[in-house]
Amino acid sequence: MTTLPREHLDAVEAVPRVLASTNTGSDRVFAYVARSTGATVLVITGGIGVFLAVQSVPTLKHYGLHFFTQTQWQPDADKLGIAAVLVGTLEVAMVAMAIAFPLALATALFISEYAPAKLRSTLISLVDLMAAVPSIIYGLWGFFLVEPHASEMALFLQRHFGFLPFFHIGADPNAAVWDRSRYTASAFCAGIAVAMMVLPMSCAVMRQVFSQTPDGEKEAALALGSTRWGMIRTVVIPFGRGGIIGGTMLGLGRALGETIAVLLIISPEFLIKPRILEIGTNTVSALIAGQFGEATGIQLSALLTAGFVLFIITLIVNTLAAIVVNRSRSGAGTDA
Amino acid sequence: MTTTHQGTYQGEITQAVVLERTHVPVLAEDVSPAVPRASLRRPTPQQRFVGIGSWAGALAMAWVICERMLPLPGPTWFVMTTLVMGMLLTAVTTAMTGSMIEVRDRLASTVITAATLLVGFALVTTLAFVFARGWKPLTHLNFFTHDMAGVGPSDPLNKGGVLHAIVGSLIEVGIATAITLPLGVGTAVFMTEIGGRFAGLVRTVVEAMTALPSIVAGLFIYSVFIIALGFPRSGLAAAMALSVMMLPIIARASDVVLRVVPGGLREASLALGASRWKTVWYVVLPTARPGLATALILGIARGVGETSPVLITSGAASFMVTDPRSGVMNSLPLYIFTTVRSGVPVAIDRAFGTAAVLLALVLVLFITARLLARPRGNRRSLTGRVRALLSLNRKTT
Repeated sequence: MTTLPREHLDAVEAVPRVLASTNTGSDRVFAYVARSTGATVLVITGGIGVFLAVQSVPTLKHYGLHFFTQTQWQPDADKLGIAAVLVGTLEVAMVAMAIAFPLALATALFISEYAPAKLRSTLISLVDLMAAVPSIIYGLWGFFLVEPHASEMALFLQRHFGFLPFFHIGADPNAAVWDRSRYTASAFCAGIAVAMMVLPMSCAVMRQVFSQTPDGEKEAALALGSTRWGMIRTVVIPFGRGGIIGGTMLGLGRALGETIAVLLIISPEFLIKPRILEIGTNTVSALIAGQFGEATGIQLSALLTAGFVLFIITLIVNTLAAIVVNRSRSGAGTDA
Repeated sequence: MTTTHQGTYQGEITQAVVLERTHVPVLAEDVSPAVPRASLRRPTPQQRFVGIGSWAGALAMAWVICERMLPLPGPTWFVMTTLVMGMLLTAVTTAMTGSMIEVRDRLASTVITAATLLVGFALVTTLAFVFARGWKPLTHLNFFTHDMAGVGPSDPLNKGGVLHAIVGSLIEVGIATAITLPLGVGTAVFMTEIGGRFAGLVRTVVEAMTALPSIVAGLFIYSVFIIALGFPRSGLAAAMALSVMMLPIIARASDVVLRVVPGGLREASLALGASRWKTVWYVVLPTARPGLATALILGIARGVGETSPVLITSGAASFMVTDPRSGVMNSLPLYIFTTVRSGVPVAIDRAFGTAAVLLALVLVLFITARLLARPRGNRRSLTGRVRALLSLNRKTT
């Protein structure tokens, strides 16, 4: 038999419960711990930036703007400047991008548009694997395997395109026995190895953006009778333009900071020169790796300043890349 | 309308008027009907003939040009000439039957495929080259069980080994992981689960610091920990430099992974009365576990192979150092770098052997990350695999 609850006539009137929106108990501890972890990481990472900035003050006070125009790095003569290494860094990065950009774009297009569906995930894995290979391995590859071929290529370029100032080399290209040593250890050779590191990164971003192209638009282009290339040219590339630019700039950021492969390949030289095929160049990161051992006092601070300048350049490039990718139509959800 | 009818029409009326009239297609009775294509996706026999024929012709022309006409020896020139000739022949043969649009389409697909093959070729040569030059030291067991104490650079390969570098790498990366894992994942949890304006600031700074070149991370630890605080160069300093480099990478990757956990899961957990902490611990983190593992392992793979921070903060000892606090601890990439620079042929062989070990380590980490990242549905357990293997054997026997 069902019993109905008897009404308590003498019960007090119901008062609406006050809902607490603050954390209680373990949640408060959790929020506190998480917040302090975030703060720790902020202090560590932000501390590096602040430290580098503070360290560069005495250098800039001591050398002034000559720090950016002086090419030599001679601690004994108190002549320190990063003009030559900055130009060298840009040259190596430009060579790397000139090689990596077309290859990355073509590979990304192949994976997203041409490859059979069964092969696609394997190819994506291979590109990711390429990104995971350590830079020292690419350095060995560039130094022992590619450099002899690269010097022959440099000779060929000098013979046929030597009238361009950046393909000029201070050696006779038509000599009976060509001076091989003049054609190695150049920005060109280093750029090839760096290109291998940059390529998978750019390619991954581009491919991801291409794969987000709306199928409807692609099918519309095909249904209107366009060829596959016509569809790529009119739909995929315009849609993925943000990804192409962003991926390239992210790669550029990596190329600027690359150290060990460059250090292994180049022969250091403190000269501003446009001749990328000729022996001798230097980059900011190779300068740091080569000079830190003897550095004390003002020289160490100068090295830190050079590192700071490099960091600022990379930061600007990466930030621009992020903005370009996010602003583009295809940018939503890109995480690279 | 018959053919004769139209013929009289065209004879009577001027050209301009005919152009304005509607053309009705005429059925030609003496022509056999077109054979429908077997499949729209597959190329027709003619297209296939053009494709294969162009490349066969290109190979032949490349041989004639490189071997008989111009002094261009070597496989590099041969491959390049083949590519150029192949594109040229493809363009010409396509133009014989098709329009410019088809020529462009065919050329584009040739260029894109060739570029991809070139990239694949570069990757394969990188891996093959390291293993091909490095297999010789790997055949000596002492390579894995000895260190280089008392072994000169030109001593034969049956003396000395790289155990000290392997142990050093493992210790340094182990410490770096122990530092970055809780901090990185904790920060990611803070950024996604707590949120707020402060979290936005942390996210901005962390994203900015992923741009930090690894050499600058090493230089930072060098100038603070070693020069300013006066500690010696050691494995601990190297581990700290690696942590500084890995921390933004892991924090950012974990953040991306946690952000894609569906909000509905969180809301369901909270609606059931779980606290926020329990929601994170029992719902968010388990859901994101494969992704987090992938992020962590890829971060570790990056850390294992990074040379420049280690180069600055530790030294290349030739003997085993197991105490991270004192003594210059060697590591795999640092050992490779210093040994290659010595220039002695045997030492370079040794360096390639070490590079093969490093590459194998990275490959193992990478494959583990891939296996973990696979969706749960099509992952098979170990016992399932064994059972499948056994059942296969039963069928065949």
